[in-house]
Amino acid sequence: MNIDGVENGIVIDHIQPGDSMRIYRLLELDELDCSVAIIQNVVSRKHGRKDIIKIDQDMDVDLDALGYIDPRITVNIVQNNELVAKKHLELPRRLWNIVDCKNPRCITSVEDEVDQVFELVDPERELYRCVYCEAAAEKQAL
Amino acid sequence: MRHLIDIRDFSKEEIDELLGVAERIIADPIAFQDRCAHKRLATLFFEPSTRTRLSFEAAMQALGGSVLGFSSADSSSAAKGESVTDTVRTVACYADIIAMRHPKEGAPFLASRRSTVPVINAGDGGHNHPTQTLTDLLTIHREKGRLDNLKIGMAGDLKFGRTVHSLITAMLQYEGISFVLMSPPELRIPSYLREMLDREGVPYLETDEMEAHLGDLDILYMTRVQKERFFNEEDYVRLKDRFILDTEKMQYAAAEMKILHPLPRVNEISVKVDDDPRAVYFDQVKNGMIVRMALILKLLDEAGKESTK
Repeated sequence: MNIDGVENGIVIDHIQPGDSMRIYRLLELDELDCSVAIIQNVVSRKHGRKDIIKIDQDMDVDLDALGYIDPRITVNIVQNNELVAKKHLELPRRLWNIVDCKNPRCITSVEDEVDQVFELVDPERELYRCVYCEAAAEKQAL
Repeated sequence: MRHLIDIRDFSKEEIDELLGVAERIIADPIAFQDRCAHKRLATLFFEPSTRTRLSFEAAMQALGGSVLGFSSADSSSAAKGESVTDTVRTVACYADIIAMRHPKEGAPFLASRRSTVPVINAGDGGHNHPTQTLTDLLTIHREKGRLDNLKIGMAGDLKFGRTVHSLITAMLQYEGISFVLMSPPELRIPSYLREMLDREGVPYLETDEMEAHLGDLDILYMTRVQKERFFNEEDYVRLKDRFILDTEKMQYAAAEMKILHPLPRVNEISVKVDDDPRAVYFDQVKNGMIVRMALILKLLDEAGKESTK
């Protein structure tokens, strides 16, 4: 299957197979006015299988959000058909407005205009807790 | 700006310093009676709590300051839909320090991020109640002469009991602490506290038995098993009496053990236990006012230093 290369834009690589649509929704790529290719279940030398997203437009990607979904993802910046930067992600220390607190007793459930903020408390378990009420972030809810 | 939202906002040294000030107040209250003259405390109680509110108000008045505020959301602009942050920003124009009780968890933390004066968390939902913890720490220190090398039993509702959560968190800083956590399985401590205990390597036992452990404890921290937390009446009826402390159970307790309770009590401690010298929960109430005096002094002092920078 042939997918055109990116001339000026971003290639999000090494996505866990099946996660590309979650990332598409999270980054609101449907709102872009450019070509976006989602390639699923590609053979990967490193990981066996992977998904790839190609965006034919330079844009600010929320690296924290991507790092939260999967710190093994890489983000490639392409300019004039050349790879100019490769960003390796890590688990962000804080999540800003990436997940919502599901605790109905949390102040964020009633107060308008409050940022949803979660802090990494256990990197090994990739565990985040709401800075307001300490409820755990529910990753599956993304 | 320093606030007290979570007991972890203060280091062990700062807590020790606060308890030291509290002891000085107990020894010579007259020396402190004008320390907050011309200062104003706002008590923003979005949820009624007469005991805690009066404790804060009595503390400020004992320091020569004045108080203003409201005692329920119904009697504040919250009833009109005003946000917590707007209420706090407004009240900070009238007061030098704010004590806030709110039914939603994290509300005082949110308030502290917008306030121009120190904010004290006077209880947020089932989450934290750090001034109760300071009260508990002062009481334990006064009764046992130390805050380390203690075996602390906690009984009742450990899931929603915010005083329990804050006290466990605070005690993690001291050496030689272990816990016996006595509750129905449905009301065990939240997972984040269990993780914290595991991470810090603090020994703890979770059990639904009480009598077998009373003889080993230095401190017994009683809380109410709350009927409203159970999904069915049968479970409540089956479990409620196991966590009622009466004179019969007290026979199993060590002679030097001290009984604390954040109050109000309903039926979880028999009134007959009140006369036992090990029952110190009413001394705890007095200690609560004293330690709040020490806290108000500390936060106003630090805010004053900041404004003169």
